[in-house]
Amino acid sequence: MSDQDPIAAFRVEAGDLLDQIEQALLDLSNRLDDRGLIDAVFRGLHTLKGSGAMFGFDALATFTHHCETAFDRVRKGFFPATAELVHVILSAMDHMRALVDGDGSGLEATGAAILGRLQAALPESGTVTAAPETEDAAPEAASEGAGGWHLRFRLPPSALANGTNPLSLLDELRELGECRVVALCDALPPLPDLIPTECLIGWDVTLTGAIAREAIEDVFIFVMDDMDMELTPLASVAIESAAGPAPQPEPGSSLPAAPVVATPATDAAARQAPRAGESVRVPAERLDVLMDRVGELVIVQSRLSQLANSGLIGASGEVALRSISEEIERLVSEMRDTMMVLRMVPVANLFGRFRRLIHDLARDTGKAIELLTEGEATEVDKTVTEQLADPIVHLIRNACDHGLETPEERLAAGKPATGRVMLTAAHAGGEVLITITDDGRGINRERVRAKAESNGLIQPGQALSDHELLQMIFHPGFSTAAQVTNLSGRGVGMDVVKRTIEGLRGTIDIASQEGKGSTFTLRIPLTLAIIEGLLVRVANGCYVIPLAAVEECIELTAEEDRRTRGRSMIQLRDALVPFLRLHDLFDTGAEPDEHQKIVVISAAGERVGLVVDQIIGSHQTVIKSMSGVHRDVHSFSGATILGDGSVALILDIMQLVATGQQREARLRAVG
Amino acid sequence: MTDTTTTSKTPWDDHGNLEVLTFDVGSERLAIEATDIREIVDLLPETRVPGAPPLVASIVNYRGKIIPIADLRIAFGMPIAAATPDSRIVVIETPIDGEATHIGLRTDKVHEVAVLSRQDSSDPPQVGLRWRREFVREFVRQADGVIVLPCLAAIFETAPRQLGSGPLAA
Repeated sequence: MSDQDPIAAFRVEAGDLLDQIEQALLDLSNRLDDRGLIDAVFRGLHTLKGSGAMFGFDALATFTHHCETAFDRVRKGFFPATAELVHVILSAMDHMRALVDGDGSGLEATGAAILGRLQAALPESGTVTAAPETEDAAPEAASEGAGGWHLRFRLPPSALANGTNPLSLLDELRELGECRVVALCDALPPLPDLIPTECLIGWDVTLTGAIAREAIEDVFIFVMDDMDMELTPLASVAIESAAGPAPQPEPGSSLPAAPVVATPATDAAARQAPRAGESVRVPAERLDVLMDRVGELVIVQSRLSQLANSGLIGASGEVALRSISEEIERLVSEMRDTMMVLRMVPVANLFGRFRRLIHDLARDTGKAIELLTEGEATEVDKTVTEQLADPIVHLIRNACDHGLETPEERLAAGKPATGRVMLTAAHAGGEVLITITDDGRGINRERVRAKAESNGLIQPGQALSDHELLQMIFHPGFSTAAQVTNLSGRGVGMDVVKRTIEGLRGTIDIASQEGKGSTFTLRIPLTLAIIEGLLVRVANGCYVIPLAAVEECIELTAEEDRRTRGRSMIQLRDALVPFLRLHDLFDTGAEPDEHQKIVVISAAGERVGLVVDQIIGSHQTVIKSMSGVHRDVHSFSGATILGDGSVALILDIMQLVATGQQREARLRAVG
Repeated sequence: MTDTTTTSKTPWDDHGNLEVLTFDVGSERLAIEATDIREIVDLLPETRVPGAPPLVASIVNYRGKIIPIADLRIAFGMPIAAATPDSRIVVIETPIDGEATHIGLRTDKVHEVAVLSRQDSSDPPQVGLRWRREFVREFVRQADGVIVLPCLAAIFETAPRQLGSGPLAA
């Protein structure tokens, strides 16, 4: 990471931090009096402010400062956290994100508006309730430091540059009780050597009154790790302070002696902010490079294994070589498996974003909405989760906007007033299954039909199966401006959702019961980098058919072959399915094998048979894209490297199905 | 220079020299700037891409990457010929649609890295050329014949689309 732009690194870290704060805020909105969460939010804001200032994001630092101040007062018990406050801070998070991403220009008005609302959300300062911290402090203080404390601290020289203001620390100490502060200037160099941005002054503070150790440590919560501090109960320093008016700087005190480092308890508290398991950020390109290297290794290994089995080496050498070759083969295949796992991330990251969405939607629609999630540990390729976010956002918006009823309507229908949106994720074979379920009013078939008829998508009175009717909502012509509300209409229709999902080689299904709710089921391959494929042979070339698209494999008997020549339709149980002879399509110029097979594939509800010479078996396939010179070749979605190092092309199912349908249409037109 | 596009200019250095790799394709001797050459490798097992332009009809696994194999005979209208023991793949890097792309050139024999001099070079003639003029940047006279400096940019940017393609394209 050392070669990275520090600003870019800050943006990444700030993004993570904002996510953490947002999650804490959302939890807080459910448990308004959870002190741990209040502290977590406060710490997050404080860190953001500090690092923002350090990297020159002054607008961010200033803006965040206001939010932090508000939360600091909540933390100190001046007033309780309210739903309104949480909401304002949530909207402030968006503003902070904008400030992190951009240079902050043109956003002042937004920021000012949010701060205005923040001010409004805070109770009048006159109604400040008694700070509960004195209550907290009293019992503990009785045992230790009942008479007060003596502390001596030095901030790291970089403290000022990092955004720490020693004066505010001292102010906070003053708020704890009667306070005498003496500056320790012994470390200051002669004036010409002084660097004004370095904090070289130490402080000696005597605090009198019943104060808990924690209350003092709390003041230094953010600087504790880097600073030197000696904290002793006042009784033990009484003699010392009696010896002179102010503690004289000791010879060694320019180098702090035996500082009291943060105690484990506060240390843990300081790190209470949710911490992801130990992890390393790696740019995706590096993984790709590693993947290429593994691919190369596979090829070298297969050459080694060929050599080991070639008989070119003497019998004794061959045994030894073969065992090495097998060992390497095992290692290489394990390495390949590990590589594939590296790209996977849990969907929890994705689902986390939707909590915020539901929170906002509930406010905007005035409906009570609850989000339930399940299977958050399910892992999916990172690129897949990124591309899934928008379609799911749209489906959730739809569910909340169109699906869920108002609380009154719900009560009248005998349902609980709070609407429920459920998000689940689960693995199913080589796919991940994501469902979005609402318990709202369901899809009104008559209205869908009326809309489809009025938009000319179907003939009036045309017979449609229930499935076909529901599929109408994915039709590009279905969504119109008239039905677009400020919520679900963001220029994205269900057709875009469907297209995005299909772009991920996935499918989308609807089940809906009127009055009970709807379920959208997304089936997405686990990764875009790897597919489970069926390896087939046509003439002397190997091709990979994505296994998810394969419905069945049947034999093309010799007489059926003759019978269907030129017609290219096969009777499959009760339906006629068009088929494509890959020999012809790929122009192999070779004679087809005697016993040809048909692989029936389906996409978007259409089926097509592919006639191949041989079905070799299933093959886990790393998808590699083809170079620009092959951009105009449509039948293939990519290529892959087989175990022996040779290259096989991956068939583009959508394209082949379309080709098959065109041929069928042409045949129908002819005869 | 009559060529107008910047990509087709030969990058002679200040002294009018150019370091190139020379190799044979069919009966012609070609040269490509040494800076564009990535590697010279033995022939690799090729996979035909049905529907691809004949110039780049196949792909190979080059160090874990899938790269196209180009047969410059097609671009220069030479008859297709079988590989010989001297045949090698010259892997070059050239921009295709703005993206640096590895391409393997099938050659009949790789000669040497040589330094060409600008004094010996001449623009392709306006008439009497068997090839498409834009595919050639310059001819360079040598003691034992003429070396052709092909314009890879023109060949790969436009050729795949213009040289016709199989039944699947379109």
